[in-house]
Parts: sequence; structure tokens; C-alpha cells
Amino acid sequence: MSFIITTLIMFAFWILLSGEFTLILILSGVIFSCIVSFMCHDFFIGNANIKQETIRILKTIRYSPWLMWQIFLCNIDVVKMTFNPNMPISPTVVSFDPELKTNMGIVTLANSITLTPGTVTITGAKNKFLVHAITESAAESLMEGEMQRRVRELEGDISV
Amino acid sequence: MFSIVSIIILLSTILVLYRLIKGPVVFDRVLAANVIGTKAVVLLALIGFIYERPNFLDLALVYALTNFIATTAFLKYHEFGRLD
Amino acid sequence: MDIRTIITGILLGLGCFLIVTGSVGVLRFPDFYTRMHPAGKTDTLGQGLVLLGLMVYEGVSFISVKLLFIIIFIFIANPTATHFLAQSAHLSGLKPWKKDD
Repeated sequence: MSFIITTLIMFAFWILLSGEFTLILILSGVIFSCIVSFMCHDFFIGNANIKQETIRILKTIRYSPWLMWQIFLCNIDVVKMTFNPNMPISPTVVSFDPELKTNMGIVTLANSITLTPGTVTITGAKNKFLVHAITESAAESLMEGEMQRRVRELEGDISV
Repeated sequence: MFSIVSIIILLSTILVLYRLIKGPVVFDRVLAANVIGTKAVVLLALIGFIYERPNFLDLALVYALTNFIATTAFLKYHEFGRLD
Repeated sequence: MDIRTIITGILLGLGCFLIVTGSVGVLRFPDFYTRMHPAGKTDTLGQGLVLLGLMVYEGVSFISVKLLFIIIFIFIANPTATHFLAQSAHLSGLKPWKKDD
């Protein structure tokens, strides 16, 4: 079952990236999709629950406009700080404890922290996050926990 | 219009070269190499538009992947001493 | 001058300005950890806007799909590489710079 789904996804990528529809290309697309998905269908889909993963992908698409807005806001900050002759920065390092359970939630949180106003993740272990902030107001707005709440509702209700 | 943007991106690449030469720690140089690599991806896409060749976009996609793996491989070698 | 060229021009100009700001930031900031901020964030967003301008110029075709793949990959890969750099520097014992030194 996972073999067939992996083959279909690979073939869709092949068609989207090539753009021509001659017979030789379609035949070689099918053959190479079968070879590649034979090698890697175990860890591409594996034993995952199909309905749960699809709902998770849809929730990720719903979460991304808020993320884009935060990225856009923070870059205005960095631009203002670069072109200022005094450069009012005061770098601080804070550490907090995330309450996420799955690996994908931790990775999403680390990437979101790196992309949003003035903070960069240094260590992302399972029980301790070290974050380097460039101004103190950015560090405080991170500790309020808005982003953690959103990533936690992205994970769904996993009872592990 | 595309030519002006290409020249401005090329000038900003030359600005980063100063940090590549001077940077007191080795991690400064790795950061500058990553920045130059990602600028090369944008330059490839723009040159593909100027000369009307849509095949350059495949090169840009492959080089984006290669740049990411190169940075990760160098950091792994620096931490462990070998690449196994 | 139709509307498509104007929107492309605005997006390309904004992206270009952000890329130049990223490079000037890498030059000016005083410490390694603070230099990572413009290189990881501003550079990525500037690239995304330039490639989005190219997508608007082209319209709906296979070339836009390829450009969309490049944008998605850059948005995932660049912050991850920045995070690897920060973690590696922290494990080697590099200390961040405080204001009152």
C-alpha cells in the first residue's frame, strides 16, 4: 500500500518537473518511480496513519500565513537596526522548556523561532531550548508562549 | 530590468567577500560561504530569464540542494574529525 | 506598462533591497552570533521575494511550478543550516558578546 502511494507521488514530481508528454518520457518516468520507491517506501510512509497525516498537512498549510506575517514584521526590525549608526543591540541568551512531544513539533518550533523576530535557536534538545535574541523585547515576546501554543495545536491530539 | 537586479546582487556578493577573508573565527568563513552559495542560486535563475533558457532553473534547484549538504558536511567534519 | 510588469518591478526592487541589507548586516555586526541573524533571516526572505517576482512575470506554466519548488526548499533549508552553525559554535565553546564589555 505504501509502495503504491510512494510511486504515485514520485511520478507526479516527474511530470511536474519535466513538462513534456512524449511516450519515452512517460515510460521512463514510470520505471524510475518504481525503482526509487522500491528502495525507500519503508521510511517515506511506512506504518503511518494516512488520514492523520493528511489532516496534519492541511493544518500546516493553515498555519503558514501567520508565520509569513511574523517573518515580514521581524525583517523590518533587522533593517532598521542595520542602517542605524549607533546600532542599539543588546544580545541575550534565554533558555526555556518546550512542552511538545513529537519530533516533528520540535523541528517546526525550532525553524519557526529561527525565522521570526530577532531570535535564533542554538540547542534544540527534547527538554531544553537555548535561544539567542538580539534585543530584549524580542526575547520577552518569545517567552509569552504564543508560538508554542500554535505549534502544539498543529500536533493534534497524540497520546504518546 | 533583470540586468540591473543581477548587477546589484553581484555587488552584494563582493561585499560579503570581506567577511570571508577577515573573519576571526572559522565559523564566520563558513557562514559567508553559505551566503555566497545562496546568492548563486538567485543569479542562476535571473540569468536563465535574461537569455531565454528555461533549463537554468534545473541547475538552480540542484545547486540549492548541494549548497545545503556542503555546509552540513563541513560542520560535521569540524565536530568529529572524520566524515563517517 | 501593464500591471504585471509593475508588480514584478515592485517585488524585485523590494527583494533586492533586502539582499543588500543582509550583506551590509553581515559586514557590520560585532560578533558571530549577531552576524547570523541577517544572514539567516533577511537573506532568505529577500530571495523569496525575488523569485516570487519572477513567478508573477511568467504567469501560469511549468516554469512557475519549478520556481515554487525552489522557494519552498530555500525556506526549509536555510534556517536549518543557520541552526546547525549556531549549535556547532556553541559546542566548540564560543561565547556570545555582551553589551558592557
